[in-house]
Parts: sequence; structure tokens; C-alpha cells
Amino acid sequence: MLHLSAAEWTAIFLTLRIAVVATLCALPFGVFTAFVLARWEFPGKMLFNGIIHLPLVLPPVVTGYLLLLSFGRRGMIGSFLYHYFGIVFAFRWTGAALACAVMGFPLMVRAMRLSFESIDQRLEHAAGTLGAGPFARFFLVSLPLALPGIIVGGILAFARSLGEFGATITFVSNIPGETQTISSAIYTLTQVPEGDAAALRLTAVSIAIALAALLVSELVQRGAEKRFARAK
Amino acid sequence: MIDVALSRRLGAFNLDVAFKNGEGITALFGRSGSGKSTTINLIAGLQRPDAGHIILDDCVLTDVARKRFVPVHRRRIGLVFQDSHLFPHLDVMQNLRFGRWFAPKQAGSIDFHAVVETLGIGHLLKRWPNRLSGGERQRVAIGRALLSSPQLLLFDEPFAALDVQRRLEILPLIETLRDEFKIPIIYVSHAIEEVARLAACVIVLENGRVKASGPPEFVLSETASVSDDPRFGRSSLLTARVGTVDAAFGLTELLHPAGHIWLAGRAGAQGSTARIIIKATDVTLSKARPSQMSVQGTLAGTVEAIAADGPFALVGIALEGEGRLYAMATRRAVVDLGLQRGESIFALIKTVALDERMVAQPAAPKPSWLEEPAVADKCQPDGSRAP
Repeated sequence: MLHLSAAEWTAIFLTLRIAVVATLCALPFGVFTAFVLARWEFPGKMLFNGIIHLPLVLPPVVTGYLLLLSFGRRGMIGSFLYHYFGIVFAFRWTGAALACAVMGFPLMVRAMRLSFESIDQRLEHAAGTLGAGPFARFFLVSLPLALPGIIVGGILAFARSLGEFGATITFVSNIPGETQTISSAIYTLTQVPEGDAAALRLTAVSIAIALAALLVSELVQRGAEKRFARAK
Repeated sequence: MIDVALSRRLGAFNLDVAFKNGEGITALFGRSGSGKSTTINLIAGLQRPDAGHIILDDCVLTDVARKRFVPVHRRRIGLVFQDSHLFPHLDVMQNLRFGRWFAPKQAGSIDFHAVVETLGIGHLLKRWPNRLSGGERQRVAIGRALLSSPQLLLFDEPFAALDVQRRLEILPLIETLRDEFKIPIIYVSHAIEEVARLAACVIVLENGRVKASGPPEFVLSETASVSDDPRFGRSSLLTARVGTVDAAFGLTELLHPAGHIWLAGRAGAQGSTARIIIKATDVTLSKARPSQMSVQGTLAGTVEAIAADGPFALVGIALEGEGRLYAMATRRAVVDLGLQRGESIFALIKTVALDERMVAQPAAPKPSWLEEPAVADKCQPDGSRAP
């Protein structure tokens, strides 16, 4: 039976905390970016879109290394944040969350952008003729109509965060109790001869969490479909 | 009063229109692709013109030369689209109230209950848009636009997606809006019946230009076909007085100096004025006054013009008194009858071909044979052919 050690529980809770924080923090940026990509036309849009999608195609280790270079204690952004706000990302769980957010961002934006693009733009026009300005149009029409896609995007990013390994281990290393997630814990356990049983236990937990996330996503989507079928 | 002069280039299509309108309903009329919807979108502020201006009641909404462009949400122009575009995530009540949140407080002169009652949508308030029929959806959309307290209402072919029965239900509502809420309306349509019935002033668009403008009596009968098949598109518009009602047979008599026509159903109070649309394909010609025929509407006139078109011929008839009637016949029939210009002729009109939709009670103006000549001064054609 599953009998998890304290260290294993720590890794599990840390993983969940990192994934939740990463998803929630990325959410507003994701929604805004998706809306901009879906609705605005501006020079350099293709380049912008490419940069957003970069983490999807770059080797995760490269992304992690770039994060280390920029957000590390001596990196440009990292030193600025530390100097003025006392915020440290390198080798902390917050850094793991940042890595997860960056890695999950393209997936999140993709789902949300599709959702925004599928909204009949004439509904936004109708709202305009009724006196709603750009902000009111966004919050009263676009956002509610894109909500199912936004939720799906969030769950995708969350699931991606649970499995993030390459960028995290490069950026914040593999420190038990601080940055050691389930994935990096399993990796560590496979490197030692007597680690098999513990690795298997964590694997089982991983499967359980993944299944639960899938189930929740399915339920949310079904609920949204129901609501939408009613509203369409 | 709205003063519009706009031009916009869209690929190979050039829109270049100018008109002014006054109270009541102004109809933008023309076949699809003539620039009606583009004009509406430009007035609403959903698109920008390349040049020109839009002035509504002394308020400059668009002036390209002076670089002025009031954004769509500050214009207070209500727009009813071809499909209702109700918000699917809001119920009917929330849809109706949407525009109210943004209307200036002092503009809350339009009463919610009055609108709901006029449009007959009180029983729908708790429903979701997807649970409404097409006609109900359009009525809610009209209510939503009205309740935003607009200074001008635009209707962009609001009933294109509805069947004839639904249109018959909604057309009187538009007349009520015109009379009750006193909001000027610009109405886009390619249905000649709707235009004749509703509009005080008609602006005919063709290939992005104003081809004619003026009161419907003058404009519509002069207008070339609007349907893509000219045989069915040609119609005449006559002004007649409502006569006696034959209750036993459910018919109403319409009196014209050239004769009388019978119409199925009712057409307003006796003695009132009615406009009636008669399609050229519904007119039969006879050289002698007919008797013992099932067709009972006969109008007398003189052949004014004959235009041959393939196997068909369009005969223009100057009616006794006033008005011009078009009849579509085969070219052979015209030759066999030996029709000549200047000859007197009788036009027979089948009662069953006329429906209520084709009869309207115009708000203004009355035809010259009923009163003193009164060409509407509300309708000022700008650089276009005057009626």
C-alpha cells in the first residue's frame, strides 16, 4: 500500500503549490495576451506571437538556462527585483513557479486565443452600439463568452506545470523542501539503488493527480458546455 | 436631423453617398452589394470613411477633414442587425438592460415597461436567447436598441431572416415605434413592400451611389428593378384611398381615380390613405373593359412605354388621375394585342396577389390628388436626381 514518507509528502505539496501559483499568476497575463493576439492588429504581431510560443518549441533546458541568466541573482531582471523589492527567484520555489508559468504560458494562450477568436465579433459591435466602451465590452461580453476556453487554458497550464522538469531543474535546481517537485524527486530516486519503491509510490501519486486534473477539466468543460448550450 | 456625406473605397467597390433626412423613417433601398450595410456601419461608427462627414443634430460624429471620429459607444446610435446578435450569456431581461447601464442618466426618457409592452415581450424576460423564435429574437433586439435611449435608430435588414408571417407581425411594431417613441429611423431593406410601407423618404442606392431619393410614391415607381431577376423585381407603387369593406367576403376596396382594386383583409379606416405595391408580374392587360372575369380589380390608363427584354416586355401605363403602373407581359402578347404608345388600356390586378404587407398607411406626405401638392421638404436629395 501507499505509505509515503514525510519527504515524499513535501514533494507532492510543493508540486501542487507551485502548479497552482504558476497557473493563477499567469492567468491574467494569459487572458490579456490571448485577447491581444485574437483582436488587435499591430506591426510585429508575428514576432510577438513567436516569442510567446518559444517555450513550446525550445528545449526546456534552454528556457531554464535563459531564466537563470535573466532572473538569477546576477541576471538583469533578477538583480533589479532583488535590489528594489527583495524578491528572489533563483533556487527558490517561487523560481520553480516562474519556470512553470513560462513553460505553460503558450498552451494557456493558445486555448484562450482560440476561444476569443470563436466569439462572433458582431456581438462586441452590438455592445458598442449600445454604449459599451472597450473595457465594458471586454468584461461584459468577450470575457464571459470566452470563459470555457479560459478555464481549459488554465487547466492545460496547470497540468503542464505538474510535469515540468527540464526548465525547473536548470533554473532552480533540485533542492528537497524548496524546489524538489514530484518529477525531480522521482529523477533523484532513480539515481540511487534502493530508490525504486519510493519512485514507484511517487509515480502512483503522479498518475492519481493527473487523472484527477483530467477529471476536473472534463467536469468543468461539461458544465460550461451545458451552460453554453443553454445560452447559445 | 442627420446629414451624411461619405465615401469609402473597398477594393474595387467605391461607396460615395450623400443624403439628409428628417423625422420618421428613411429607407436605404437597393439590391445586395449596393452599399446599404456599409453606409449603416459608417453611420454607426463601426467603420471609418475615407472622406466625408456625418452630422447628427448639430453634433459632428465623423468629419475626416477635421480629423474627428466619435467612437461607436459614444454616438448613441442604436443598431438592429440582420441577425439579432443578442448576447447568448445573458437572459432576455439582462439583454434589454444592457444598453441602459451606459445611457446618460438624463436620457432615461424611454420607459422600460412601455417598450416591453409595445413589443409584446413581457412573457420572454426570463428566457435565454436560444429559446426564442426568430421573430421574438428580433423584437428583443429592437427593444434592446431602443432602451439604450438612442438619438437615431438604424435597422439593417432586420427581417431578412424572417418568413412573411413573422414580418407581418413585426412591421406594425416599427410603425408604432415611429409614432410613439419619436426616434428618427434609418431602415435598410431590399424588400420594396417594407420600404413602401414604412418610409417617409426613400434613398435608392446602386453601385455605391445615390441613384434617386424622395418620397416613396415618386421614387419607387421610377426605380429600376431591385431583384436580381428584373422580371420579378419590377413593381409599381400607387396611392389610393380606403373605400368600403365587404365584411361578408372579407375584402376591402381601394379607390384610385383610375378605378378600384380589392384587397383581402383590412387596410385601415375608410377614407384614409393607403400605399399599395403591385408587382409587374401580377398585372394583366386588356384592351377592352373586361367583364365576367374572376379578376375584379381594374385600373384604366394609357400605354406610355413598352420596353422589350428577350421574350418579355415591360409595359408602362400612365393611370388616369395619377401614378404609373408597370405590367410584365410576353413580347408576343404585346404584338398580338397590337399595343401602341398612347393607346388606352385596362390593367387587371388579381386580388389574391396582394397581401397586407403591400399596403401601408403613410405618415406623410399625401398625394396631390387628395390635397394640395405637398412634395416632402424633409427629403433633400444631395446631388442626386430630384423626384
